[in-house]
Amino acid sequence: MSVALVPSQTFLHEVQSHSGQPISLCYQCKKCSAGCPVGFAMDLLPHEVIRLIQLGARDRVFAANNLWVCTGCKTCQARCPNQIDAGQVMDSLREMALRAGTAALAPKGRDVNVKTFHESFLSTLRLFGRSYDLGMIGLYLGRSRAIGEHMGLGLNMVKKGKLKYLPERVHRMGEIRKIFAKAREKR
Amino acid sequence: MKKLTFYPGCSLHSTATEYDESTRAVFEALGYSLEELDDWSCCGASSAHATDHYLSIALPVRNLVLAEKEGVDEVATACAACYNTLRKADHAVRTGDPAAVKANDSLVDVMGQKYAGGVKVVSTLELLSRPETLAAIKQKASKPLRGLKVAPYYGCLLTRPAEAVAFEDPEQPTSLDRVLAAAGAEVVRWSWKTECCGASLALSRPEILKEMARRIIVAAREAGADVIATACPMCHANLDGRQSEIADLKDHPVPVYFLTELLGLAFGLKKAPAWVGKHLTESRSAVRAFIPAGKVG
Ligand code: SF4
Ligand code: SF4
Repeated sequence: MSVALVPSQTFLHEVQSHSGQPISLCYQCKKCSAGCPVGFAMDLLPHEVIRLIQLGARDRVFAANNLWVCTGCKTCQARCPNQIDAGQVMDSLREMALRAGTAALAPKGRDVNVKTFHESFLSTLRLFGRSYDLGMIGLYLGRSRAIGEHMGLGLNMVKKGKLKYLPERVHRMGEIRKIFAKAREKR
Repeated sequence: MKKLTFYPGCSLHSTATEYDESTRAVFEALGYSLEELDDWSCCGASSAHATDHYLSIALPVRNLVLAEKEGVDEVATACAACYNTLRKADHAVRTGDPAAVKANDSLVDVMGQKYAGGVKVVSTLELLSRPETLAAIKQKASKPLRGLKVAPYYGCLLTRPAEAVAFEDPEQPTSLDRVLAAAGAEVVRWSWKTECCGASLALSRPEILKEMARRIIVAAREAGADVIATACPMCHANLDGRQSEIADLKDHPVPVYFLTELLGLAFGLKKAPAWVGKHLTESRSAVRAFIPAGKVG
């Protein structure tokens, strides 16, 4: 199957301005992909995502799992001869997908868990100002139903006293609540 | 005693208390007293960063404002993830990144003032690797770690993005090597020092994480290391926590230590055996030779 691409600059400009990255400078040297530690699990390699953005292939970019499995390790950023931070581009694509909130841009399959994890982490942070692992893990497992793959680790952590039962709370919680309220306004 | 303002971060207060305790004890032995930044809050870690640009600036910068309110101009942190997040936010504000400047401005409304750019965030690894500290470590090491072959593992957070966080060559860092050598350990050469361990996928994509961890640990073993040393609680949780679930490792695990635990052993600190006893991968036998008699088990 071949996919007809009608090159369009709109998407390129959108991602460039959101991420602040000079995507149009990419000349496909593939250094980003050569160093990417998650390449083995990605639908596209980082340089391919960059190329598809240049070509305006919005749907193909959002259909790939890259924006959900990129760890933000910045190896690509460290190696790019044109100062393009592909990790920052993935962050921007992820933020754009989450803001849009549409079914088309939502993560699919196991990628949903990435979104669920971040939401669970930020929920406990909003409540306590510090992360609360037990609460976060409870929320995450409840929402993702991924308990099977974490059972062994969880039990070992409890045995070694690595999961505290009670959360720690910041004193001036009003400041934390205000920060989260402002984040919501910005959306 | 020299006073050091300390930002512990959430991991050191929860899953990595052995790192918290060993950091405090080792710094105390070296003549520093660590004092926690009052009312510190979470830096936002990978989740703020991955989903919300505003939070990725406002959450860490709140802590820098707290430091300025206390009149402190240097904050030390032992968590590589907190270090990375605090430094990146500080760098973005200082270099005038428009979104970061706006987020900082919004803190006036939250805390009565914004960040003026006057706090230096330092990693405890950087402090330990300064020449005068290395000399002090050598002197304190009453039980030098002779014969212990260690792979120094830095991960990504202490080195990248270089312009905001690196305090040495980001592709070939040597600070951890030098600290370990000062404690008498045999440091192995290997090429996976700064490879990412996949921390941010720990709960959401364990199958990807396990493969990333496996490659790093096997590379350390193939380079001749008996053990791995790290200065990052995320890396520690990932490399230490899942070895029993990884086929190549479950019968021949490679223990992973916090740098300060190894220093504690070298200094002959009484609590060191208890710290390494908290790891999920059995970690006492590899360092048995450095544990005082009667303390094993
Ligand atoms: S390293 Fe930079 S220039 Fe090379 S392919 Fe990747 S993004 Fe393009
Ligand atoms: S930041 Fe993302 S895309 Fe870049 S090397 Fe790391 S995992 Fe790959």
